[in-house]
Amino acid sequence: MAEEVVLLDFWVSMFGMRVRVALAEKGIKYEYREEDLRNKSDLLLQMNPVHKKIPVLIHNGKPICESLIIVQYIDEVWNDKSPLLPSDPYKRAQARFWADFVDKKVYESGRKLWTTKGEEHGAAKKEFLEILKTLEEELGEKPYFGGETFGFVDVAFVTFYSWFNAFETFGEFSMEAEHPKIIAWAKRCMQKESVAKTLPDQQKVYEFVLGMRKRFLGE
Amino acid sequence: MANSSSTDVKVLGAWPSPFVIRVRIALNIKSVKYEFLEETLGSKSQLLLQSNPVYKKIPVLIHGGKSISESLIIVQYIDEVWNSGPSILHSDPYDRAIERFWAAYVDDKLFPSMKLINTAQGEEKAAIVEQAIEGLVLLEEAFQKSSKGKAFFGGDRIGFLDIAFGSMLGWLRAIEKMGGVKLLDEAKTPGLVQWAECFCADGAVKGIIPDTEKLVEFAKILVKMKGAPLGKN
Repeated sequence: MAEEVVLLDFWVSMFGMRVRVALAEKGIKYEYREEDLRNKSDLLLQMNPVHKKIPVLIHNGKPICESLIIVQYIDEVWNDKSPLLPSDPYKRAQARFWADFVDKKVYESGRKLWTTKGEEHGAAKKEFLEILKTLEEELGEKPYFGGETFGFVDVAFVTFYSWFNAFETFGEFSMEAEHPKIIAWAKRCMQKESVAKTLPDQQKVYEFVLGMRKRFLGE
Repeated sequence: MANSSSTDVKVLGAWPSPFVIRVRIALNIKSVKYEFLEETLGSKSQLLLQSNPVYKKIPVLIHGGKSISESLIIVQYIDEVWNSGPSILHSDPYDRAIERFWAAYVDDKLFPSMKLINTAQGEEKAAIVEQAIEGLVLLEEAFQKSSKGKAFFGGDRIGFLDIAFGSMLGWLRAIEKMGGVKLLDEAKTPGLVQWAECFCADGAVKGIIPDTEKLVEFAKILVKMKGAPLGKN
C-alpha cells in the first residue's frame, strides 16, 4: 500500500524539526505543509482540535500529535532502519526521561531569555545555564546522548541548536565559553545529513526571534 | 524474566500521590512483588535524593539497584520488562500514540486545572471548573473511540490510559467534595462515570486509591504546611 505521510509544521519550530529529523533518519518521503500560525489551516484545526498546534504528522489520513510522541511513532512504524530508541528497557526509560527533561526545561527557560528584562532576565540566564550544565553532565564523554549512535535524546535536543545564536545574543553569554561540550556534540550531530538539511540557519532564526521579541515587549 | 524477589523491586512513594498510584497499579497488573518505601511528608530521604537527583520527586522505581523516574516512563518500563504478563500499552503503534497523547493531556492540562479548583473563588472558580469539565468531555470522546464498547480505554483489560487517568480518581472525588462541584456526571460524561466504577473495582486497583475522606483530610494538612492543598510533592 502506498504510504501517505504529511507533516503540518512551521519552519522555525524546534518541535517540528524533531519530526523532520526523524523522518529524514528513516528515509521517509513526505509532504511538508508550512502553517501560518496566525492563520491556522482548517486541516490543522481538524487534525489537532485539542491543542491546535504543530507539528502534526498525518499518516494515511490519521493524525499523530506532540513531537516526542510522533518521533516514537515513526521509530516504531519504520523500524527497519536507524533505530532511535534503544532496545534495552532500562536504556529506553533513560532516553525517555532525558527527552522529557528537554521538553520540560529547555523551551520555557530559553523563552525567558528573550521575553524578560532586568532581574527576571538575570534569573532566567542562570536557570538556562544550569539546565545546559545538567545536560552536559548527562552527555559526559559519550559522542551522542544515545551513546555510540545518534538517538532519541539527540533528536529531542539538537533542534534547539538552531536557536543557540538567539539564546546567546538575548541571554548575553557565549555557548562555546559556557558549554563547549554541548557545542562539540551539536556540531557532531550537524555532520549527519538528516540534521544538517533540517535545521534552519541560526541567523534566520535569530531574526525571527528578534521580530517576536519586539512584538512581545512592545518595542 | 521470572518473578523477582520483593527486595529486587522497590517503589519510593507516598500513599496520596496519584503518580505513585500509577506505578503500583502497573506492578499489580504484572503480579510483581515490591517493597513500598513511604516517604515522610515534608522531608526527602537520602535514597530519594540519590535515586532521583534531577527532580528529587516520587515515584521512583528501583529495580535491581537501577532507578527509573517519572510515572508514565516507569509504567512503560514495567510493561516492557515484565513482558510475559498482561500488556499495558496497546500493541498497535497508532493506538499507542493515541494513549500517550491522552496520558500527556491528563498530566499537562487536566490535573493542573483540577488542582486550581481548590484555590479559586467565585467567577474564577466557575471558569476553571468549566475548563476542567471541557477536558473531561474530551476524555469522554476519547473513551468512546478507544474502548469500542468495552469497559476500559484499553479494551477488556486496564491499559496505559486507564492507569494514567484512573490514578487521578481519588483526587477527582476529593476535589469534587472540597469544591462542592461535580466533575464527572451522567449527563456529560456517562461513559467515564461507568468506567470509573469498573476501574476502581478492578483487582489491580483495589486498595490502592485512597478513600475520598482520607484525601480531604490530607489536603487540609497540606494547606497548613504549604498554604495550598495540592502542591506537587
